[in-house]
Amino acid sequence: MNFSNEQLERYSRHIILKEVGAKGQGKILNSKVLIVGTGGLGAPAAMYLAAAGVGTIGLVDYDKVDLSNLQRQIIHRTKDIGKDKVISGKETINEMNPDVNVITYHEWISSKNIIDIINDEDYDFIIDGTDNFPAKFLINDACVLIKKPFSHAGIIRFEGQTMTYVPGKGPCYRCVFQDPPPKDAVPTCRQAGVLGVMGGIIGTIQATEALKYILGVGELLTGYLLTFDALKMEFRKIKISRRKSCQVCGVHPSIKELIDYIGPQCDLKEDYK
Amino acid sequence: MNIKVNGNDQKIDREYTVRELLDVLNVKMKEYVTVQLNDEILSRDDFDKIIVKDGDTVEFLYYMGGGSR
Repeated sequence: MNFSNEQLERYSRHIILKEVGAKGQGKILNSKVLIVGTGGLGAPAAMYLAAAGVGTIGLVDYDKVDLSNLQRQIIHRTKDIGKDKVISGKETINEMNPDVNVITYHEWISSKNIIDIINDEDYDFIIDGTDNFPAKFLINDACVLIKKPFSHAGIIRFEGQTMTYVPGKGPCYRCVFQDPPPKDAVPTCRQAGVLGVMGGIIGTIQATEALKYILGVGELLTGYLLTFDALKMEFRKIKISRRKSCQVCGVHPSIKELIDYIGPQCDLKEDYK
Repeated sequence: MNIKVNGNDQKIDREYTVRELLDVLNVKMKEYVTVQLNDEILSRDDFDKIIVKDGDTVEFLYYMGGGSR
């Protein structure tokens, strides 16, 4: 790959790393990452991946920027209130790094569109930055079925968790959490609150996993659930195993088509976002 | 007897089923918590059958949703 002088300088702190080098930076520039949700987790993940030079970043969100988002969703600014989040996110990324091609998907994900969105640019890695369980299970099942790696994460109050799924290499999200919890059984950030930095910490770990996957270096959070408690300032890396009875990646999978967990379990208008 | 719960040492007075242990330890969100016993994620249907024994390692794993809004 031929770098311009500007690129050599922009990415010099990457290129000097022996684990990255010019070859690795070339891989990053040629890579494609899809970020579902441009909120607390997706915002910092998108910004660090943009700064790193990920060549194609897909942003999926149907929401508009709200004043209450700005305490943590740092890709959006006060002037962006009322704007579609994907547009606001694209504008910020374009200002940060002209090397990045941003593709926007102004829609909520569902069983009807998620695979088409992932296949649209044949994304290398998917980041789940969503805030609800129907979407988290949908992303998991889609990635298992079409064999795509992805990073799961969740944040609430002062806590966060994340794990990385790589096809054939470890447990999926459903191995650990078999089905979505009933609606309102588990609080959302809107109901329970979240310290703004939690998205920064956990979303940046998701971006780190994406870069490591692209570069093929180090050890991913595959087969581990990383949990973070900010009040105790404690990380725990819990070894987790595949569940043979997993409905989607187990020995006899029962899920062969994607499921929309809406209806009794989820209020479409309020929570399926 | 001693077991390890989410990385911490925990003394319990006797063996319990997983279901009983959720009550004994007053585990939060016990209707929805995932239980991993010695590296194996348990099916909810087995909570009444499986006994937690001396020296076992138990992880309670919780749903965490938030992220976007």
